Amino acid sequence: MSAPKTLYDKIWDAHVAHEADDGTCLLYIDRHLVHEVTSPQAFEGLRMAGRNVRAPNKTIAVPDHNVPTTEDRVKGIDNEESRIQVDALDANAKEFGIHYYPVSDVRQGIVHIVGPEQGWTLPGMTVVCGDSHTATHGAFGSLAHGIGTSEVEHVLATQTLIQKKSKNMKVEITGALRPGVTAKDITMNVIGKTGTAGGTGYVIEYCGQAIEDLSMEGRMTVCNMAIEGGARAGLIAPDQKTFDYCYGRPNAPKGSDWDLALSNWKELYTDENAYFDLTITIKGEDIAPSVTWGTSPEDVLPIDAVVPSPDDFKGGKVDAVKRALDYMGLEPGQKLSDVEIDTVFIGSCTNGRIEDLRAAAEILKGQKIKDGMRAMVVPGSGLVRAQAEEEGLAQIFIDAGFEWRMAGCSMCLAMNPDQLAPEERCAATSNRNFEGRQGRGGRTHLLSPAMAAAAAVTGKLTDIRTFVGVA
Amino acid sequence: MEKFTNVSGVAAPMPLVNIDTDMIIPKQFLKTIKRSGLGVNLFDEMRYNQDGSEISEFVLNQAAYRNAEIIIAGENFGCGSSREHAPWALKDFGISVVISESFADIFYSNCFKNGILPIKLSKEAIEVLMDDASKGENARISIDLEEQTVSATDGTIFKFEVDAFKKHCLLNGLDDIGLTYQKIESVDQFEKKQAKITPWL
Repeated sequence: MSAPKTLYDKIWDAHVAHEADDGTCLLYIDRHLVHEVTSPQAFEGLRMAGRNVRAPNKTIAVPDHNVPTTEDRVKGIDNEESRIQVDALDANAKEFGIHYYPVSDVRQGIVHIVGPEQGWTLPGMTVVCGDSHTATHGAFGSLAHGIGTSEVEHVLATQTLIQKKSKNMKVEITGALRPGVTAKDITMNVIGKTGTAGGTGYVIEYCGQAIEDLSMEGRMTVCNMAIEGGARAGLIAPDQKTFDYCYGRPNAPKGSDWDLALSNWKELYTDENAYFDLTITIKGEDIAPSVTWGTSPEDVLPIDAVVPSPDDFKGGKVDAVKRALDYMGLEPGQKLSDVEIDTVFIGSCTNGRIEDLRAAAEILKGQKIKDGMRAMVVPGSGLVRAQAEEEGLAQIFIDAGFEWRMAGCSMCLAMNPDQLAPEERCAATSNRNFEGRQGRGGRTHLLSPAMAAAAAVTGKLTDIRTFVGVA
Repeated sequence: MEKFTNVSGVAAPMPLVNIDTDMIIPKQFLKTIKRSGLGVNLFDEMRYNQDGSEISEFVLNQAAYRNAEIIIAGENFGCGSSREHAPWALKDFGISVVISESFADIFYSNCFKNGILPIKLSKEAIEVLMDDASKGENARISIDLEEQTVSATDGTIFKFEVDAFKKHCLLNGLDDIGLTYQKIESVDQFEKKQAKITPWL
């Protein structure tokens, strides 16, 4: 009998096309997702070298980072550079014959939401994209990670990546979550515990009762932020929820292929006694609704905590915290639940799925956002938007005073017209609170969709457990 | 890719931890469809005021460091986004070596594809080199990739580890895709095997 394997070991072993003596492998890539920002130089490289896309059928492109999210975008993109980048993706998709969802297609959206939605992402696969949040797809038990543009070109040309295997880390969230605690709080708390470099060199497998209890949407939120903990990828073993999610999707296997796939996917779990280089265990009941206070995703605390002092830290982090507090305009000792908010952003590949919109809408029923608040909901895809409209969620957002937007990355990274002004403070369901991430000088607090909705109503960071509304 | 040659020059000290790729090259400069010309926007929001004037305190705006070829950085340098624009901007500015206790995974890999050598050293070594770097033009740091050494100004030598394949590619300026094409038969065979086992892919 062979040695027990982790889920990561199994997927890795099934995709090694070539292994050199020093352990450098050619890892075969089953799905290559492409967006407009990190791909133009890669396609140009192919053209210059007279190379082709090896597997256009395994390559899927969609513009998301640059696209405006206002309804008038059908008239075209005003910003010339953004327009050139999106036009370049249009042209490259045609020239190289890859699958493509243009801005005008209802299926367009954030690449990490479109992939699973269209059934391109399936258990046991290798998935890459020139985007660090490719980790999202690990929720299906697929090995998924971000790559740079040179690697995008390498995958386009050869359908492989030159890789060495990472180490295995297990992150177990035991027991049940308390009311008001979400997948977002889980993933932020893991980063709070490991630090943003804690996962460097590892692939994380998330497991435990609290992970099993999550929906596929929640699992995608957890895996999405694996990269913020420095990990190459995050994985969750597929189960019946995963199979049910995949079944019937446009690009999922059908008929006898489905049966064969299913029997294969049921082998995708970590064997008993498989070796993990590192194991971290967190009790689900210990996780509180959380929010970030600084400029790194590791700067996370329960909503009922106070802003820390630089003196609470050691080493290089002391100066980093001083700088972060200055940037964020916060004082040590200030209660997080007293921090006033100018803007609320609900969306992104972290929290732009239907379940996220349902959670936010649930809070906003019969409520109004605070006077002067700027609040927007940006569905992760055109199909999420359509479903939210059908379920009546869109009307709840609009009645509450939110802007109801078209699909795209929007204010998560401000490469499009949705940006913060200097010192504008935003409660955001996205994934990065870096300096300038949402606009130069903009201040970002990361939190869950329900917490973001509550902040829009009260005008400040709000403990969802005690939120009773204003109406 | 150009061959990596030994570097001996001025190093800019950047002790801040978790310097992310949004700091290295902010998102508004990702709209280019070229790889070149990003050096002027390297560390843009730390380096320039909103009116475009220079922030004089920022290290790369100080006379001693304007032509720095090396950065000594706080730990977890290059965390965040996968944007290869970060190493493109560093290279375009003239940086060919970054030395830190640790690097984010994707950034680390992206450096090698662009002729930049990221070197991981111990906390103690970083402290010596950070101190050297803070002396400006008076202190030169030397890197020998073949020997895998960093020499501090006083001659102290620190050995560093680097993957043999990555070192080989950097020293010889090799193109990854060209190298993989030499093994493409194994990819053909893999695809044939996979088509039988997992035909739905």
